[in-house]
Amino acid sequence: MNLSIYLGLLHKAEQTLAASFRTVAEGHGAEPDVHFLCQTLAKQCDDHEQALKPIVDRYGEDESGAEPERMHAEGISSTRSGPVGLLRDLHDLYLLASLVDVTWTLVKQAGQGLRDDELLEVVSSCDQQTAVQLKWLQTRMKQAAPQALIVAR
Amino acid sequence: MVDRISEIWGTRTPFARGALWPVRVDQKLADGVQEKDVDRWVQSACVLCSNGCACDIAVKDGAMVGIRGRAGDLVNHGRMGPKGLFASWQGVSHPDRLTSPMIRENGQLVPCSWNTAMERIVSKSKALLKERGPLSHGFYTSGQLFIEEYYALAMIGKAGIGTPHMDGNTRLCTATAAAAMKESFGSDGQPSSYTDIDNCDAMFLYGHNMAETQTVLWSRVLDRLAGPDRPKLVCVDPRETEVARLADVHLALRPGTNLALMHGLVRELLHNGWIDEAYIGQHTMGIEELRSTVEPWTAEAVAQTCGVDAEDVREAARIFGTSEAVLSTVLQGFYQSSQATASSCQVNNMHLLRGLLGRPGCGILQMNGQPTAQNNRECGADGDLPGFRNWENPEHVQELAALWNISPETIPHWAPPTHAMQIFRYAEQGSVEFLWISATNPAVSMPDLPRIRKILAKEEVFVVVQDLYLTETAQAADVVLPAAGWGEKTGTFTNVNRTVHLSDKAVEPPGEARTDLDIFLDYSRRMGFSTLDGAPLLDWQGPEDGFEAWKNCSRGRPCDYSGISYERLRGGSGIPWPCNDEHPDGVVRFYEDGIFPTDPDYCETYGHDLLTGATVGPQAYRAMAPNGRALFKTASYSPPHEEPDEEYPLRYTTGRTAYQFHTRTKTARSRQLHKAAPKAWVELSVQDATELAVREGDLVRVTSRRGLIEVPARVGDIRPGTVFAPFHYGYWDAGGTPDGHPTAANELTITEWDPVSKQPVFKNAAVQVVKIADGQGPAPAPTTTASRPAEASRFGSGQDSADATRLADAGHPVSGHDSTDAGVSAGAAVPPTTGGPDAEAEEFLEPSSPPQFPDAIQPDPGHPRAAHATGDSGSGHSTGSGEGEDSLQETLKSALKGVERVVRNAIKDVTGGHDNDGGSAGKDRP
Repeated sequence: MNLSIYLGLLHKAEQTLAASFRTVAEGHGAEPDVHFLCQTLAKQCDDHEQALKPIVDRYGEDESGAEPERMHAEGISSTRSGPVGLLRDLHDLYLLASLVDVTWTLVKQAGQGLRDDELLEVVSSCDQQTAVQLKWLQTRMKQAAPQALIVAR
Repeated sequence: MVDRISEIWGTRTPFARGALWPVRVDQKLADGVQEKDVDRWVQSACVLCSNGCACDIAVKDGAMVGIRGRAGDLVNHGRMGPKGLFASWQGVSHPDRLTSPMIRENGQLVPCSWNTAMERIVSKSKALLKERGPLSHGFYTSGQLFIEEYYALAMIGKAGIGTPHMDGNTRLCTATAAAAMKESFGSDGQPSSYTDIDNCDAMFLYGHNMAETQTVLWSRVLDRLAGPDRPKLVCVDPRETEVARLADVHLALRPGTNLALMHGLVRELLHNGWIDEAYIGQHTMGIEELRSTVEPWTAEAVAQTCGVDAEDVREAARIFGTSEAVLSTVLQGFYQSSQATASSCQVNNMHLLRGLLGRPGCGILQMNGQPTAQNNRECGADGDLPGFRNWENPEHVQELAALWNISPETIPHWAPPTHAMQIFRYAEQGSVEFLWISATNPAVSMPDLPRIRKILAKEEVFVVVQDLYLTETAQAADVVLPAAGWGEKTGTFTNVNRTVHLSDKAVEPPGEARTDLDIFLDYSRRMGFSTLDGAPLLDWQGPEDGFEAWKNCSRGRPCDYSGISYERLRGGSGIPWPCNDEHPDGVVRFYEDGIFPTDPDYCETYGHDLLTGATVGPQAYRAMAPNGRALFKTASYSPPHEEPDEEYPLRYTTGRTAYQFHTRTKTARSRQLHKAAPKAWVELSVQDATELAVREGDLVRVTSRRGLIEVPARVGDIRPGTVFAPFHYGYWDAGGTPDGHPTAANELTITEWDPVSKQPVFKNAAVQVVKIADGQGPAPAPTTTASRPAEASRFGSGQDSADATRLADAGHPVSGHDSTDAGVSAGAAVPPTTGGPDAEAEEFLEPSSPPQFPDAIQPDPGHPRAAHATGDSGSGHSTGSGEGEDSLQETLKSALKGVERVVRNAIKDVTGGHDNDGGSAGKDRP
């Protein structure tokens, strides 16, 4: 069963997203909303990872190298500066969060096929938060984009 | 005569539940001016808090010489607070006023003509619009202009320039009130009425030191508390405020933990079944998420997080859950703290859970801080679209475009309006290069002042400041425009409970000062802003044209003014909107039918996620189909972002005193108020003071990660571990800069804001305190308010601080004290705050029967003013706007003097003897 591959993907993607939120929080301290919210959202990702743990323990997480190539996305290792840099960093977070989001959806599909109530319970406690993370990133980027792209120095 | 510095709330006129609040007319005239000397009385309403007390301005020889409350007004029934009595007119008629425009030349501000100043502004503005576009322009305005002025400014920003960068200092004080109402009910609009104080049997004040911020409203509460059927009172506040002292339950929680407490209260309601299932089923959505969010918050969990007693949490919930009619009020303690919108929405949720809305005594007052904050929000000077329109709704944008005859693309509606802190961030980064600041003083009122000063001083930012005085902010401007103040111009404004008042021009402004409206209209004209037909965008000739334009804009929206006119507002009481064909006399309270403005085509917002501020968006909102139901919105509790640690071990919170308003530009120019609270201080608990070896009056240095202040310490009744500083004290009267002696509370505050309302967090930061010098006497903090000294220094002398520690260990400082058994000194003995003869004001007790809706506002079609002057209500004191009434008033006045004496004695009987009238409904009070 290949669900383990996707559980591994989800686990890793949440970890990467958490680390990236923290990197952005750290790098954009002069934007207090971004700074504090990214910390809060990083913590949510940590919680998701914890919630996923019993499921991973049950199905395993493929570390055998049997998973396809280029399975995982790179996180944000350092932030960019300036208004466009902020926009681009949020943009990267959006891509990472999208990966998490759609992976929850696909894992949920498998959970339904397996009639695994425990797994479905975990999904329902986490995927809503991921959806809100995406919405926040979109809200914040839409706010920042006109200023960054038209008048920022 | 009553010393209204020592007697902040004046003489009690107790009344019973369901009765009408008795009239008490308060009056203050300048030294040597007798009532007979007054040339005329001009109708207005006070602009020194959000209460909106109707008043008449005394004019003699072309100058303002005093003030009197209007007996027939539904808001104040004749009363005025100390700020209104002493600063409304003295705060404007002062030799420090700006009398000429100024421009910066070679680093110095120099006087110039209006033409020179305006041309400098316009040439900069035009050049920037050409080179950089509309997003280079930002406007930061006030909570103290009039409707006509806000609406003109909103049109300049949205229809002239097309910038989303416009906000008011209302962002700092009451943005959360609007946000909470929008999230819960679908639109801004105060559900409740002040008369709910008259009709409730329980009141909850959440972070609302009403006794100091709205003193006349508090008089109304005090009169209920002194009446035969005292309502229960619950206070949520870390300080021992006057409200707390009279409360049945005082929850003195840790700053930053409001939401945890609210979750606990909601949970108690749910678990004890103190809810109205039928109401919830018919009129609300989202109960399940609310239930699961609050479930972890047992009273014990709340006790641990908030530092309050679990039993008190249960008792407060029991009072809420079992009283018949509950009124809740909310202010800065919630709005300026962590998770502001989520906490304030929980107050709404508690009322929704029990269906306590829309009936006498059942209501919510999401308060405002400033007199015209409501209008800033309505008119869109806070960036929102005028008339509570929804920027995400293309139909609403189209409506405005049609009304203004401009292209809808001009109106910035692609993203949320830019909030104040973000506008300053853009200025900091150099993308906002033109910043026009009107009637506000960010150099003292914004968080993290060292940063704000740097931004204002930036070469690249062209700063226009329009104000009455050369404020700390004006000193940093490139162009300073002298504005006319209250009493020097005509316009309308709206108080907390939607009551619209007219403020007529009483005197000429000094020198060349011009009204804010004239300044905005002049700018628009010079810029050539026009409609699609090429006509001038703003062709108003004066304020009444502006009001008529605003009426059109508001028509059909929740804040409908279409049935109000200047003529209707002259003479009688203010009118609560909406006022239109359907409601010709206005509306007292909302949501009697349980129908809320959440319909997707009508609502002001599609809402936000309360944890992050993510927008819900039109699709998701429409799919949810709220259609007239209110929404239970909530979020999980998160601890505040800056918590005490080893280096900064104390929690810091900021606030207000009864005697000052904002950055003191008006109030400190009143002798009486200035003397009562002349200089900055910081409040420490007895326990913390003891540990820090600080005694009353000692000079301390309070430091945060942002900056420091050095002020005398008041050892007071604040919650241990918490430090309080009043935010009023900047530098305009202390050399203009903080150099060497910083006192402004916002030197220390953090740059952070609520994710939904974008209101900055002024009430939570971590600080350290050290003593730097012995005191030269007690701290300059009033003794009549929450800043009163701890029991020890109030009465004792000569014992050591170990006693102070024992007092603190015993918990709550004693109330019902007796000077003989408290003998502890924490330093200098503190004399009581009094005003002396200078602060004596007249009170006329019950000169007429109380005004009542709708009679008080119904104009007599033939003789609107005469009806009020001579009718059965006998409210002669309310009518002084017209000429030729003075002799009538004289006659009334002499009759009243006798009544006053009789009533005073009667009041003494009632307050001394209790229940003399057997607790009856009390409509037949003397």
